[in-house]
Amino acid sequence: MSNNNKNYTLMDAKKAEEIVRSNVKKRRRKDIVLKSIGQFAIFVALSFLVFLFVSIFAKGIPGFFQHYVTLEVNLDQKRLDPKGDLSADSLYSGDARKLVLEALYKEINPKGRKQKKAAKKILSSNAEIRVAQMVLENPSLLGKTIPITFALDDDIDSFLRGYIKRDTPESDRRINNTVIKFVDVLVEKNLVDYKFSDYILSGSASRSPEIAGVKGALIGSILTLFVCFILSFPIGVATAIYLEGFAPKNRITEIIEININNLAAVPSVVFGILGLAIFIGVFGMPRSIPLVGGMVLGIMTLPTIIISSRAAISAVPPSILDAAYGVGASKLQTMFHHVIPLAIPGMLTGTIIGMARALGETAPLLMIGMVAFIVDIPNSIQEPATVLPVQIFMWADFAERMFVNKTSSATIILLVFLILMNGIAIFLRNKLERRW
Amino acid sequence: MVIMNYSNNMKLETKTIGNIFADNPKITSRNVNVFYHDKQAINNVSLDVGSKEIISLIGPSGCGKSTFLRCFNRMNDTIDGCKVEGNIVLDDQDIYHPSVDVVPLRAKIGMVFQKPNPFPKSIYDNVAYGPKIHGLASTKDELDSIVELSLKNAGLWNEVKDRLQSPGTGLSGGQQQRLCIARAIAVSPEIILMDEPCSALDPIATAKIEELIHQLGKNYSIVIVTHSMQQAARVSQRTAYFHLGELIEVGLTKQIFTTPQDKQTEAYISGRIG
Repeated sequence: MSNNNKNYTLMDAKKAEEIVRSNVKKRRRKDIVLKSIGQFAIFVALSFLVFLFVSIFAKGIPGFFQHYVTLEVNLDQKRLDPKGDLSADSLYSGDARKLVLEALYKEINPKGRKQKKAAKKILSSNAEIRVAQMVLENPSLLGKTIPITFALDDDIDSFLRGYIKRDTPESDRRINNTVIKFVDVLVEKNLVDYKFSDYILSGSASRSPEIAGVKGALIGSILTLFVCFILSFPIGVATAIYLEGFAPKNRITEIIEININNLAAVPSVVFGILGLAIFIGVFGMPRSIPLVGGMVLGIMTLPTIIISSRAAISAVPPSILDAAYGVGASKLQTMFHHVIPLAIPGMLTGTIIGMARALGETAPLLMIGMVAFIVDIPNSIQEPATVLPVQIFMWADFAERMFVNKTSSATIILLVFLILMNGIAIFLRNKLERRW
Repeated sequence: MVIMNYSNNMKLETKTIGNIFADNPKITSRNVNVFYHDKQAINNVSLDVGSKEIISLIGPSGCGKSTFLRCFNRMNDTIDGCKVEGNIVLDDQDIYHPSVDVVPLRAKIGMVFQKPNPFPKSIYDNVAYGPKIHGLASTKDELDSIVELSLKNAGLWNEVKDRLQSPGTGLSGGQQQRLCIARAIAVSPEIILMDEPCSALDPIATAKIEELIHQLGKNYSIVIVTHSMQQAARVSQRTAYFHLGELIEVGLTKQIFTTPQDKQTEAYISGRIG
């Protein structure tokens, strides 16, 4: 209540208006400049993104396809199944390779040892295994002559795609003229197809690009992330609940808080060294297993989950806390009945962000040996495995031309996996979010 | 400094003008001091709340009336760095005694807040929550009847009986506040604390709440903090005037508003401080 009724003379209203008007144009211009800088920044960011996608998809989509040849193979029982008991042992020791080659020779008629040697290069080394597997699954095929589709060797694949050029001097080519002649015969006879690869999704690690696939790495990634989630989500959320709801405000909790915030910024390879020292060094766990990988990634993910969960908890309106305490809810009841249901979407978001980061992580896994060349598809978290990003890393390192495409294909698979995970997170968040 | 005779012959030091005692006290508070860290928010306040009495606490912003109110159900416990000294006795029990559990205390003393704060749950669940956590109803039917009676007593039943499962936050502000009152009375408290219950409401909703407070006053002790002196005059039997953390004057509402003893009270009542 002011008792001061004296009027101080301010600027004349007309003059003030004039000054304001004279400034308006300049202010407008600044707005426009800022706006266009922002738009330019977004344009640059978007073009990088487009460039990335175009480059990955241009290389990666062909990686999902490969060239096959269809041959009439005579599945002679005696030669395929020498022991005659149709066991895997017997079939794999059988003479499937010869039978396949005979079928191939029938089409291309190689003369002499040299030409036969060249002909052998056409088919993937996996051809005989494919025959044995077919018979193992369906023994009634024995004794029949049936058309079977085989993957072509990666060099032939490269040639058919035009990566290896006909006019390159023979000495500089990975395949010689004889091989090219045979391939031409096969193409002429219409036996060669270009179709979706059997191996990219269901195959495992291999040095031969035509039969290499991501299944082992994909399952390794799923197992590793599973361990990571099981470890980091409950611990992270429990820590966040304690720090937000129960911890007294004192020096110790302050130090804990600072450390958690700092941990979020620690380079991931450090966690790998930690895992190597503790899980493998102290506890003597085996190398290369998803259990150890998941634990390392779990520790790495913890700070992210804790920080976002705490933010989600502290974003719950205090009026809800008042209301709950007001009717006599205990701290625990308030937390579990009111705070967590409201905070769970935020907690999930943080968890998914952390998991997505863990999914793409290679460095800490290299430290604990998940970079090994593992052909077997892991069945449990205690079997050696590798993960998708490590697989990509290894393929990028291999010399064969076709691994370039495979690398991009695996990247696409990783991205799809990531988008799938984020999709699930968004779905869960929308479902759990209370819009009232 | 006025020295008053305490009921049990203890001397009570207070600067407060007027009679701080109630005939049939439900809560007796003596020499209450409240600190937020080092800052003192309440300075040596003593006040009784009578049984089935409506007492209003008035005063300018920041005078500590809400802080004092929140001492009664220990809501100040939830604020970091808040320390309460002195004696607050509810039915012969010191509520700040270490052995006292706040859960049953808050079941006995309901609270309604400044901004309507229904849970983001259905209307039914809002009212049923208190009885559920305290185990007041053993069957669904009992719970149903508690919810119905609470809503009836809060004057909301007729408006919501057909949509008990719809969200409580979908109601209008006034309805939400009555829902909060229903939630508070569902656990059968003896005292209801109201912290500016109408400050976020329009005049019509306010009138409804005031009418409701009047009704509730027959069965509960009500302590209401309000910024509106008209409201204090309309609903309460006694009025306490706070200024800068001190209880300046307390007395019958009629007397406070017509013949205030203290100069500050008079200045506030007549609109010169505020």
